[in-house]
Amino acid sequence: MATKRKQRMIFVIVLISGFAAATALALFAFQKNLLYFYSPSQLAEAGITQDQLFRLGGLVVEGSVVRMPDGITTQFSLTDLQGHVGVQYTGLLPDLFREGQGIVAQGKLNADGLFVAQEVLAKHDENYMPPEVAEALKAAGGEHPVSIPKTTVK
Amino acid sequence: MFTFLHKFASPQYFYAWSASWQKWSSILAVLLMSVGLYYSLLNSPADYQQGETVRIMYVHVPAAWLSMFGYMVMASAAIVTLIWRIKVAEIMIGQCAVIGASFTALALITGMLWGKPMWGAYWVWDARLTSELVLLFLYFGVIALSGAFDDERAGARAAAILTVVGIVNIPIIHYSVEWWNTLHQGPTVSKFDSPSAHPSMLIPLLIMALAFKAYFFALLFKRARAELLLRERNTSWVKALLKDTE
Amino acid sequence: MNDFFHMGGYAFYVWGCYGLTAGVLLANLIFATMRRKRILQQIQELSEED
Repeated sequence: MATKRKQRMIFVIVLISGFAAATALALFAFQKNLLYFYSPSQLAEAGITQDQLFRLGGLVVEGSVVRMPDGITTQFSLTDLQGHVGVQYTGLLPDLFREGQGIVAQGKLNADGLFVAQEVLAKHDENYMPPEVAEALKAAGGEHPVSIPKTTVK
Repeated sequence: MFTFLHKFASPQYFYAWSASWQKWSSILAVLLMSVGLYYSLLNSPADYQQGETVRIMYVHVPAAWLSMFGYMVMASAAIVTLIWRIKVAEIMIGQCAVIGASFTALALITGMLWGKPMWGAYWVWDARLTSELVLLFLYFGVIALSGAFDDERAGARAAAILTVVGIVNIPIIHYSVEWWNTLHQGPTVSKFDSPSAHPSMLIPLLIMALAFKAYFFALLFKRARAELLLRERNTSWVKALLKDTE
Repeated sequence: MNDFFHMGGYAFYVWGCYGLTAGVLLANLIFATMRRKRILQQIQELSEED
C-alpha cells in the first residue's frame, strides 16, 4: 500500500517538474515575442526596419510635448533615460497622458527616424497615494515617483 | 499521522467540523466586507494620478489575488486526490474551480473597466492579461473534466491532473510584469519592505482582500458540504442525518 | 453626495466594477443555495423509490 502511494507521489512530482521545465524552455525560446513593447534603447538591437509595425514604450520627456496647429496632432519625445525617440501621434490621447508619464505607442518608424504612432496607451506605475502626499514629496525634493519602463530583457 | 488525516477528512467527520467553519467564515466575510466597503468607497482618498478610478483597485486586486489563491487551494486538493485518493479532496477540486472561474472572470472584467479610462484600451495582449486569461481557461477545463466521466472519482482524477499541470501558470501570472515589458504595472503590495501604496489606500485594499478570502472559504464549505451529501447519499451516516432533520 | 455618485467623471467604470463584484458575490451564493436544495430534494426522491 505504502509503495503504491510512493509511486503516485513520484508521478505527481515528475508531472509538475516536467511541465515546469517544458514551459520554462518554451518561454525562454519565445522571450522576444512576449515583450509587449520595446524601449528606445532596445531599438538598435531589435533590428527593426522601416515600415515594421511595433510598440514603443517609455517616459514622455518633460517639456517635449508640442501640439501641432491642426489641433489633434501631438509630437513628443520618448525616453528610457538611455535613448530618445521622437514620436508623432494624431488622435485623442488617454486621460493619463502627461509629461513624465509612461506610455506605450504602436506604430512605425518613418524615413527620418520619427516614430509615427497609430495608437497611444498610458502605462501607469504601481505607486498609489493621495494628491497631497505627492505634492509634499515633490516639495521635499524627494524623487517624484515616476515609472521607468523596465528593460529587463536584452 | 496519515491515519489521523484520513479520519479528519473522512466524509462524516468533515461534514461535522465544516459546519462551524462555514458559519464563522461567513460572519467574518460580512464583517470584513462592510468595513472594507466603508473604507474603499467613503474613507479613502483619490489617487494623485488616477483620481477616483483608484477605487476600482479595491475590488479588482482582491479578485485577482483570489483567482490565484483559489487555484492554489484547488492544486492542494488535486495533489491529495492523486496521492491519497481522499473523497473530500476530490469534491473540493470541482467546487474550487467554479468559484475560482467566477473570480478570474471578475478580475478580468474589472481590469477592463479600469484599463479603458486609464490606459486608453479595454484589452491588450500583454503577458499579464494573457496569462490571467489562460487561468480562466484552465478553470473551465477543470470544470469540464470533473463532469466528463460517469464515474465521479475518475472525473476528479482527470481534473486533478489538469490542475497539477496548470500550476506552472501561477508563477507566470505573478512574475509576468517583472520578466517581460507589459502594459500592466508592477506589483504594489508584494514588496513587503516598502509597499508602493500609501497606508490610506493599502488598508482598504488589504481588508477587502481578507474579506474576499473569508467569502471564498464560506462558499467553498457550503458547496462542498452539499456535494458530499449527494455523493454519500447511500451511506448510513447521510441517511441518519437526513432522518434527524425531518 | 452628488460627488460620491459622480466619481470624478468615472462613475460608469467605478460603479460598474462594484456592481459586477456585488453580482458575482450574490450569484455565487444563490447558485450554491439552490444547488443544496436540489441535492436534498434529489436524495429524498431516491430514498422514497426504495
